[in-house]
Amino acid sequence: MAEEYEVSIWRGDATGSFVDYTVPARASQTVLDIVTWVQRHIDPSLSYRFACRVGMCGSCAMNVNGAPRWTCRTHASKVTSSGKLQIAPLRNLPVIKDLACDMSEFFDKWKKAEARFHPTLTRHDKMEPILPANPARVAASAGIECINCAVCYSACDTVAWNTEYLGPAALNRAWTLVNDVRDGGQKERLQAVSADGGCHACHSHQSCQAYCPNQLNPTASIAGLKKRAMGAYLKGELK
Amino acid sequence: MTSLSGVRLYTWQRLSAAVMAPLVVLHLGTILYAVNAGLSAAEILARTQGSVFWGAIYSVFVLAAAIHAAIGLRAILVEWARLRPVSAGWVSAGFALVLLVLGLRAVGAVVLS
Repeated sequence: MAEEYEVSIWRGDATGSFVDYTVPARASQTVLDIVTWVQRHIDPSLSYRFACRVGMCGSCAMNVNGAPRWTCRTHASKVTSSGKLQIAPLRNLPVIKDLACDMSEFFDKWKKAEARFHPTLTRHDKMEPILPANPARVAASAGIECINCAVCYSACDTVAWNTEYLGPAALNRAWTLVNDVRDGGQKERLQAVSADGGCHACHSHQSCQAYCPNQLNPTASIAGLKKRAMGAYLKGELK
Repeated sequence: MTSLSGVRLYTWQRLSAAVMAPLVVLHLGTILYAVNAGLSAAEILARTQGSVFWGAIYSVFVLAAAIHAAIGLRAILVEWARLRPVSAGWVSAGFALVLLVLGLRAVGAVVLS
């Protein structure tokens, strides 16, 4: 293990630049630990986001040595052998300051994809029984553990090229809801993901599934949406 | 442009690809046959001129290719040339028309006597 890390951290907004810091190495030190050390010991004005530190909240994603990662679960020793680290804000999102991005566009696209639950029952109705082995439930379960970290959104070249594209996270969430028998917004959702920039804009590069920290496969979810939407279109169910 | 342009263009591109797949095989097979048999241009024209079969096959091929290529071009123009989807749609429609006219003209040249 290196005795210290040479760390380049992005400072400023989109017109900023990398600034170099030297950080002592520790056992089991995460990239988030390194960023925190810089803020606490060198420059308290360094801006970045984190909350849970255990890979649940999805707020600490950054670009580490060119790849989007959840920094709280990324050991520095696993991503560099030379002791050099370059830490930048996520790609494909506007930089507010340093390592903090503006996530508005990311979440606006969730809404645009109708990636929200449309309830059909009230608290006075009985709970819908859903068997774990039900094929729709199995399909939903495969994509349900998304923590909204935007790593997939940052990794996606189609997002970089097509500003209208809804992105892997929103479409993955839409697919889990397509497979939710309790949901009453199926037609609206299929319409939403069938528009320009919807699921059909995906080129299946699979960067989303390569970088997803929770090993989800949004490409597979998007393929499911493409198939379901095309079937509905050919049957004349979408207007 | 309707709100369903994503699924509509996707479907047309897949359908045109499905039409082209067997036609490409037939086209390549025909070329291999013509070359192996050592047919001259005059002998090929003697077989194609007045043929409803070859005229229909290649007209459908041209139509499918014009649709398929234009939809692909639209995506490239949006993603790499940063054109707005509406502008990219018009440029691609123009490209489809050019392919259609040139292709049908070529079909006419070998089928019409």
